[in-house]
Amino acid sequence: MSQAAVAKLKGAFAASVLDVKEHRGEVTVTVKKEDIVAICRYLKEEAGYNFLCDLCGVDYLGQSPRFMVVYNLYNITTKERLRVKVPVEEQDACVDTVSGVWSTANWPERECWDLMGISFAGHPDLRRILMPADWEGHPLRKDYPLQGPGREPYQGRLS
Amino acid sequence: MGVNHATEQASGADYYNVLGNNIMTTSLDKVVNWARSRSLWPMTFGLACCAIEMMATGAARFDLDRMGVLFRASPRQADVIIIAGTVTHKMLPVIETVYEQMPEPKYVIAMGACASSGGVFDTYSVLQGIDQVLPVDVYVPGCPPRPEGLLYGLIKLQEKIMRERNSFGAAIGAGKVIPG
Repeated sequence: MSQAAVAKLKGAFAASVLDVKEHRGEVTVTVKKEDIVAICRYLKEEAGYNFLCDLCGVDYLGQSPRFMVVYNLYNITTKERLRVKVPVEEQDACVDTVSGVWSTANWPERECWDLMGISFAGHPDLRRILMPADWEGHPLRKDYPLQGPGREPYQGRLS
Repeated sequence: MGVNHATEQASGADYYNVLGNNIMTTSLDKVVNWARSRSLWPMTFGLACCAIEMMATGAARFDLDRMGVLFRASPRQADVIIIAGTVTHKMLPVIETVYEQMPEPKYVIAMGACASSGGVFDTYSVLQGIDQVLPVDVYVPGCPPRPEGLLYGLIKLQEKIMRERNSFGAAIGAGKVIPG
């Protein structure tokens, strides 16, 4: 199962694995962001996680580190799933790109940059993907005003 | 439409003989308004769920064709654009381009709550009403409006066009249309 892959990963990257959790059969590994490309390549080539289902960012506003980048992996051969998380500091919101490992990571990383403001070093084409090209700010951050920066925030019904 | 059939009593026997009995008199403005309001060709342009209702309005059950409303696939041939759905800031340049490509005279119908006011999408990415950008002639409320609602909006637009003045004069370059 996924735990076997995690045990292998722990053996290969003992210093980089920060935390392992299992909840209702879903295994989540938290790793250091410096080794994310090497870990992803290892998981793809040695543990068979050959498909990146999704890559997304999470904003834990008020906590440190503020952001988390989440990689949802899938092994098409054995139908196993694994979740890899990377903590990212607000001051240095930058992670190395994994688009060299799974080329499908290109667009999810662009989305993560567009909406969360987490940039990806070495990305081949880091542009906005959902918001207009001239948009300022990253709207899915928790401190982004819901109605946009130019408007008074909603105060509740007045009538 | 102010149609006056030339009758024998009103114009006399000589007049009747000169023009025959197939004559009606009207003003040129009314002819132009009649032609424009009875051939309202909307731009085929849907943005969200309102577009589904717009398609239903055009299909067999409600049958817009019977009113001379034929959806056109090109803005160059369209008289009216029905803003059918949520307008995002990213879509806005496209709508503006399509509107600018339409020849005069052109009309705008804001269909549904989103096009009229932003609707439930009170967020950074959604324009809070297309009337911030385009001159809207008719607002159709609803989320989405039923086909009867859009039909009623189109009839209201036809009535509005019929009330326009100097539409013939404006067509030949004398002054501007006085909106109805």
